[in-house]
Amino acid sequence: MSATAGELRCEGLGKVYPNGKKALGSVSFSIPTNGIFALIGRNGAGKTTLTRILSTILEPSYGKATIDGLDVMADATRLRERMAVVPQEGRTISWTTPTQMIGSYLMWRGLGYEESRAKAREAIAQVGLEKHADKLNSTLSGGMKRKVLVAMVIASDAELVFLDEPSTGLDPISRQELWNILTELGKKRFLFLTTHYLEEAEQIADRIGILNGGNLVALGTLPELRSKLQYTYSLKAPRGTALPTIQGESVTRRDGQVQIMTTEDEALAISKGLIERKTQFSVNPVTLDDIFHYLVAQNESAGGRT
Amino acid sequence: MGRVANQLLASILVNSIYEMKNYPVVLVNTVLSPLSFLILIFFVSDGKLLGDAIEGGLIMTMFSSGTSLQSDLSHYKNDFKLQDIVVGSPTIPGVYVAGMAISELLYSSPAIAILIVLFGLFVHATPLQVLGIAAVMVLMFLTSVSLGFALASISADIVQSYAYTRLLSTVFSTLPPVYYPITLIPLPFRYLAYLSPTTYASEIAQNLAGLLQLSSTMFAIDWVILLGLSAVFLWIGVRHARWREK
Ligand SMILES: Nc1ncnc2c1ncn2[C@@H]1O[C@H](COP(=O)(O)OP(=O)(O)OP(=O)(O)O)[C@@H](O)[C@H]1O
Ligand SMILES: [Mg+2]
Repeated sequence: MSATAGELRCEGLGKVYPNGKKALGSVSFSIPTNGIFALIGRNGAGKTTLTRILSTILEPSYGKATIDGLDVMADATRLRERMAVVPQEGRTISWTTPTQMIGSYLMWRGLGYEESRAKAREAIAQVGLEKHADKLNSTLSGGMKRKVLVAMVIASDAELVFLDEPSTGLDPISRQELWNILTELGKKRFLFLTTHYLEEAEQIADRIGILNGGNLVALGTLPELRSKLQYTYSLKAPRGTALPTIQGESVTRRDGQVQIMTTEDEALAISKGLIERKTQFSVNPVTLDDIFHYLVAQNESAGGRT
Repeated sequence: MGRVANQLLASILVNSIYEMKNYPVVLVNTVLSPLSFLILIFFVSDGKLLGDAIEGGLIMTMFSSGTSLQSDLSHYKNDFKLQDIVVGSPTIPGVYVAGMAISELLYSSPAIAILIVLFGLFVHATPLQVLGIAAVMVLMFLTSVSLGFALASISADIVQSYAYTRLLSTVFSTLPPVYYPITLIPLPFRYLAYLSPTTYASEIAQNLAGLLQLSSTMFAIDWVILLGLSAVFLWIGVRHARWREK
């Protein structure tokens, strides 16, 4: 196949919805189609739009996207053979049981009735819902329903899996369990997921993309994103805190906190000063959360948000 | 072929079998609605219009497949995002919709069975005439299903879909003379009825069963128009239904 095999590539991809809303500016990037890719960004950043375009559900307005050399527009039929999708607002069909719902999904993928049911049961057990396998979906809790949808793609043999906010609505323990399942899945398949849990991206993703206002503001492995910043420590204090002059950079986050990105030595020095003044603050090595807040604030002050 | 059969069956399971299995009450409505009209017409006409009412019941059952399909598909698309899930799978739109449409027939099957028995008992037609009537029913089914799919695929909200459903049933089933002969409608209004494909369908069916006199020219014109309208609606369904969202 072409040089683009094993790669997901977007070139100047954009979306303007029929009502005139521009949801994606001009997104260009390329990532390998293995492991786990996590897309993060604020509400309305364009994550769902991008995910739906790549999973052949939504037409882009301009630009081009290929997965393993197959164009999402022209080669959709071939891509659909290989992909599975859980939409952000996807819901289990209330009058079916998890086994019936997942079984039917596998039949839409072309499998026979018996095989589908057997695979459905296996996947249901994998997400820990075996006790609920034959109860009506309408009687399950919100988080359980979400797990049923994840089990649906686990049960399939799709190599390209798109999950739009798979962990939303899960309790902390279930979420961790899901992350373990996804990590395992990511060893054999390509997972493209969106999330609002930055620890999720940090913990399970091989690569992370940050969207803001319809534009990709950062992309890379966690160490790569960290290195974009040249600072290793993040210090946060309430809005209005009087700060010493610093060598690092400071931004005011959307949540009102002042965030300073700095070096280890300087973080230590500032901390001492703030302790003496009995000011509230926190300091930690840079996390994805810090990078996210920092890059988004920077992008927005540069007029990135429309 | 086995693959397509599995995909068809998936739509049928979700849209009818599991629904009936888990909530049997849904069947009652589909039996009652075509029969209630039939009973009404039977009493009001002193039994004279029984044949028309039986054929009307059949036509309405066929046509309501499309209206039900429309609301079911909108429900799946907008409330469950099932269409997104299926678009991103190997199933093609024609197979997805065909399975869903067959489900609507399964739902109506008790009503259809009763109507066919009544037809056998009270309407006298030769095998050729029965064949003609069956063809009319198939056309009604295809027409309404195509229209239902097209409308569902452009609906963005279940509220919008309810409006489409009501519009479809008013325009195609309440206004046209489906349960009685068109000659009962006073003249200026009769032309309005000719806007609906169900009018042509019932004229043909009533004529074939000897319930309505038509000249052979009129009969031929009815067929041409019915086939033409069906083709138009099929074309709308195939060409203008949106699988991938714009
Ligand atoms: N069908 C639509 N028609 C018009 N505008 C839309 C449509 N869908 C989304 N948008 C707009 O496009 C932008 C991006 O939306 P999108 O759903 O992609 O964001 P997101 O990053 O997934 O957000 P969230 O985290 O809230 O899920 C938003 O401004 C949204 O209002
Ligand atoms: Mg979203």
